[in-house]
Amino acid sequence: MSTQQIIFLVLSAVALLSAMGVILSKNPVTSVLCLILTFFTIAGHYVMLNAQFLAVVHIIVYAGAIMVLFLFVIMLMNLNADIEPQKRNWLKYAGAISGGTLLVILVAALRDASMPTLQPGATDIGLIGNLGKTLFNKYVVPFEVSSVLFLSAMVGAVVIGKKED
Amino acid sequence: MPVQYYIFLSIALFCIGVMGVLMRRNAIIIFMCIELMLNAVNLLLVAFSKMWADAGRVDAAAAQIFVFFIMVVAAAEVAVGLAIIVMVYRNTHSVDINILNRLKN
Repeated sequence: MSTQQIIFLVLSAVALLSAMGVILSKNPVTSVLCLILTFFTIAGHYVMLNAQFLAVVHIIVYAGAIMVLFLFVIMLMNLNADIEPQKRNWLKYAGAISGGTLLVILVAALRDASMPTLQPGATDIGLIGNLGKTLFNKYVVPFEVSSVLFLSAMVGAVVIGKKED
Repeated sequence: MPVQYYIFLSIALFCIGVMGVLMRRNAIIIFMCIELMLNAVNLLLVAFSKMWADAGRVDAAAAQIFVFFIMVVAAAEVAVGLAIIVMVYRNTHSVDINILNRLKN
């Protein structure tokens, strides 16, 4: 077994276990911390797949901004395990069975698909120069549109979060 | 390493997200599961980008650009969604999504 496969297996195991921790833990703060761990393992996968810049951006945006926002809101609301709303048991089982069925169906559908094997060598496709050239040559219009999207999200969040007088 | 491994990992992460959305009633946890699903898709896109780069395609970076746009949309979604959740909490003192079914009357 090559080093790459060992790293892949370890990262995948940690990612799946911490993802299970997100949905199984009773305390919302534990869920957030498990999700941050999942994001770090996904960033590790990005590095393995020669997407170095994307890995850095992923850590900055998700672990640095989005999860801090989640943690902030949870702390603000002072949620803990005692006031955690509980679903009825049969609904939980129904949800788990539905998700498991989706998993089985997708795996069964894609198991025999013929896919190429990833080469272990490095490519420079994920370096910042390459990505920047692609972004500002071919995708400059979506880039500008996303700035409008951000502006509208910002205005929306302020308007929604404002106290009504 | 076969691309299939990454496909199966992404499917597993996505299905865990789906299970979380279906099983939990806390609005914030449901939101985090949506983030998990978005990240599963991002991982798959990056794996396919590597696959096309290995095949010698020069436009394989497009998949990674797509991941950037998904991150943008996710960040905007989190900003608005958390504002909505905070407002629901301010009005009902709970983040239980079952309370929201009073919207139908």
